Amino acid sequence: MSTAVTTDPMLPQPYTVQEVVKETPDTFTLSLEPSNTINGDRFQPGQFSMLWAFGVGELPISISGDPGQGDRLLYTVRSVGQATHALVSQKVGESVGVRGPFGTGWPLEQARGRDVIVVAGGIGLAPLRPVIYQVLHNRKMYRRLVILYGARSPRDLLYRKELAAWAHQPDTQRLVTVDYGGLSWRGHVGVVTTLFKYARLQPARSVAMVCGPEIMMRFVTRELEAQGLSRGNIYASMERNMKCAVGFCGHCQYGPHFICRDGPVFPYEQIRPLLEKYEL
Amino acid sequence: MAEQTQAVLEASQLGSLIKVVARRGYQVIGPTVRDGAIVYDRIESADELPAGWTDEQEPGRYRLKRREDQALFGYVVGPQSWKKCLHPAEVRLWSAERQGETFRILDNEKRPQRQHALLGVRACELAAIAVQDRVLLEDRYRDPTYAKCREDGFIIAVQCTQAAATCFCASMGTGPQARSGFDLALTELTGPGGHRFVAQVGSARGAEVLAELKTAAAAEGELREAQTAVEAAARQQVRSIDQTGIRELLYQNFEHPRWDQVAERCLTCANCTMVCPTCFCSTVEDVSDVTGEHAERWRRWDSCFTRSFSYIHGGSIRTSGKARYRQWMTHKLASWIDQFGTSGCVGCGRCITWCPVGIDITEEVRAIRETGSHGNT
Amino acid sequence: METLERIIAEHRFFAGLESYYTDLLVGCASNVRFEAGAYIFKEGGEANEFYLIRSGRVALEISAPQRKPIIVETLSEGDILGWSWLLPPYHWKFHAHAVEGTRALALNGQCLRTKCEQNHDLGYELLKRFAQIIDRRLEATRFQLLDVYAAR
Repeated sequence: MSTAVTTDPMLPQPYTVQEVVKETPDTFTLSLEPSNTINGDRFQPGQFSMLWAFGVGELPISISGDPGQGDRLLYTVRSVGQATHALVSQKVGESVGVRGPFGTGWPLEQARGRDVIVVAGGIGLAPLRPVIYQVLHNRKMYRRLVILYGARSPRDLLYRKELAAWAHQPDTQRLVTVDYGGLSWRGHVGVVTTLFKYARLQPARSVAMVCGPEIMMRFVTRELEAQGLSRGNIYASMERNMKCAVGFCGHCQYGPHFICRDGPVFPYEQIRPLLEKYEL
Repeated sequence: MAEQTQAVLEASQLGSLIKVVARRGYQVIGPTVRDGAIVYDRIESADELPAGWTDEQEPGRYRLKRREDQALFGYVVGPQSWKKCLHPAEVRLWSAERQGETFRILDNEKRPQRQHALLGVRACELAAIAVQDRVLLEDRYRDPTYAKCREDGFIIAVQCTQAAATCFCASMGTGPQARSGFDLALTELTGPGGHRFVAQVGSARGAEVLAELKTAAAAEGELREAQTAVEAAARQQVRSIDQTGIRELLYQNFEHPRWDQVAERCLTCANCTMVCPTCFCSTVEDVSDVTGEHAERWRRWDSCFTRSFSYIHGGSIRTSGKARYRQWMTHKLASWIDQFGTSGCVGCGRCITWCPVGIDITEEVRAIRETGSHGNT
Repeated sequence: METLERIIAEHRFFAGLESYYTDLLVGCASNVRFEAGAYIFKEGGEANEFYLIRSGRVALEISAPQRKPIIVETLSEGDILGWSWLLPPYHWKFHAHAVEGTRALALNGQCLRTKCEQNHDLGYELLKRFAQIIDRRLEATRFQLLDVYAAR
C-alpha cells in the first residue's frame, strides 16, 4: 500500500485530508496528515509543497499552518481552475499527493530581537500566517509584531477568527483594510499601503515580510523604503509558473533565479531591479 | 597510463567496434542518414553510418552533400543531439492507481532496457553533456531519470576535422578538440596513408574495448596528422561569440532596441530549443484514463518560446515574442553562468542552422555589444 | 485640555512648520466633534473648511442611484480630510460620513485663503503639504483601481 520513501523528488506521498475549512466563497484551507509513518515534515515558514489531485494536476501551494505542529500541514487554496477545484473538493479521508516542502523560507533568524512587520495582500496572507504563529508562540524571541492586511472586500478576508484574535495579542498591532467596503463594513477602506500611516513602526529595528499580487508588492516595498526600512530588511515572496519545483523544468525562472530553489522568499535587494522589468 | 594510449584502427574495424560494444550489453546509438539529414539512431553495423556524406550549414539552411571520399564521420552536427537519449523528449515518470480513498504509486521511471553506447560524440556535444550533468545531477536535486541514462553509458567521441559555417565552439572554449568525458575518441584520417582512425583511450572501459580490436601502434606522423586536422577545424570557423562581460552586457541591455528587431523575425517556433543540446526545460503532465482509476505523470520537453511557458493564473508573464527570445538568449549566455557557473552555450551552431528565418545568436550578441548599454541604433 | 496651538504643532501634517505660521493658523482653527453616523459634509456643499482627524473614522462616499452610497476610502487618526477649500468653486466632491464618533480640528477655508493671499509664504507651506497628500491619495487611488486581488 505505501510507497517506499525514496529520494526521487518527483514522487508524491499520499496525505490524508483531515479537514477542509471554507475561508471565503472561493478559498479553502486543507489540513493534511501523512498517510505513511514518515517523520513529521518540519517546514520553514514561507515554503511550499506541490499538491497533486489524483489524475488532474499538481500545483505549488504555500504551507499556511503552524510550523510548531509538524504532524499536520495546512494549505490555503483558491479555486481558480481545474486542479485547484479538484483540490478544494477533496473530502475528509481522501488522499492528496504531496511533494516537498520546497524553497526558501522567511528570514526568522534575522528577525530575532527585532520588530516583525507582516504585510499581506489577498491570499498572500497564507504563506505569512506561519510567521505570525512563529512569532506569537515564541514571543520573547521577537519584539513588536505589526500585521498589515489588505483584501479585496470583507468577504475575501481569510482566517477571520484568528484575525480578530491577533488584534488582542500583546505587543501586536493588527490593521486590516479592504479595497471595496460593501454595505456593512465599518472598518478601513483603501489599499493596503494606506495602513502605513497608522502603523507604529520603528524602521531601524524592523524586518518586513511581504506577500501578495506582484503589483501590490511593488507598491508596498516602495512604501516600506519610504518609511525608512533598509532594503536588506525587506523580503518578498515571488511567484512564477512551476512544474517540477526542483530546478529541472526551467519554468519558474525569474531573471537568473529559480523561484523553486532560490525563492520563493527573496531579499528585496535581490529582486528590486527585476521587479521593474516588464515581461521578465 | 591507459588514458594516454593511442592506437590506429583501420576504418574496416568500425564494424567490429560496434559489435564489441554491443556484446558488452550496450545499445549502440550512432549517426545515420534519414530524411535528408544525419540523425542519431540505433545502429547494428557500420553499414548504417553516413559513409561519404557531409553537411552544408548556413543560417536557416541544412543540406547533405556527397563527399569525394568515404569518410564515416565526415559531417559536423545534425538536428539532433545526444539529449534525445540522455534526457529523452518523453518520459513516463511514474504511474499510480487509486486504492479506495488513497492512491498507490505503481512503478517509478522508465529505465532504458539497455545502457546506451553513444558513437560519434563531438567535442561540443561532450561539453553539452557536461553542461546538462551540472544542471540535472550536480545541483540541489538529482534527476534520477537522467542519472540512470548517464550511469554506465559508453561514449565514443569523434574529433572534428572540419567545421560548418555555423560552428563557433572554438570561441566558446568547447572544441573542436575533445579532451575528456569519453571512453574512446576517434580521429578519422582519409589521407594517402589509408582510411583509418587514431583511437585515444579515455577510460579503463575504453581501453578494454580497444584491446578487443585489431589495432596498430600510432606513428608519430599519424598523430601529427590527426592533430593538424583538428586544428584545421578550429581555424575553419567563421563565427564566434566574444564572451567578455557577456553577463553584464545582456543584463544591462534588457531594453535594447535589438530585441525588438529580432522579434520581428522570430517566429517563436521553438526550433532552437529543440535542437540545442543544452536546453533542458521540460513540462510535467498529469494524465488519467477515462475511468479516473489510473494516473500517470509524464515529463516532456518544453520550450520557453511557448506562450504558456510563463503562464500563471490569469495570463502569461512573457506574452510578446520579444520577451521570449530575450529570455532564451539571456538565459543561455548570461543567467546560466549565475545558475550553474558556466555558459549554457557550447557553440554547436544548431540554433543558427535550424532557425527557419536564420537568426544568428552570434550576430545578435555582436549587435548588442556594438551599440552597448548606452547605444541607440 | 489641549490647546489648539499644541494640536496643530504636533500634527504630522504641519511637521516642520515654523511656529510663526502655526500662530497664524490657530486663528482659523476650532475643535469639532461628530457623532457616529453623522455626515460631516455632503457632495455639492460649500467647502468652507478642511479637517485634521484626531480620532475616529470617516468614510468618503459617492452617491449612486438605486443603492447606498459607495465608500471609496476611509480616513482615520492623523489624516487630512478635504482640500476643496483650496480651489474654486469650493464645492465638496463627495460625502464625508463619520463611521465612528470622530474628533477633529476644523480649519476655516475662507480664513485660510485670506491669510494665504496676505502671506504667500504661508500659502506655499500649506500647498506643499497638500500637494503631498494629493499625490499619495492619487497613487493609492490608482492602486485601488488596479483591483489586484481579483481572480482573472
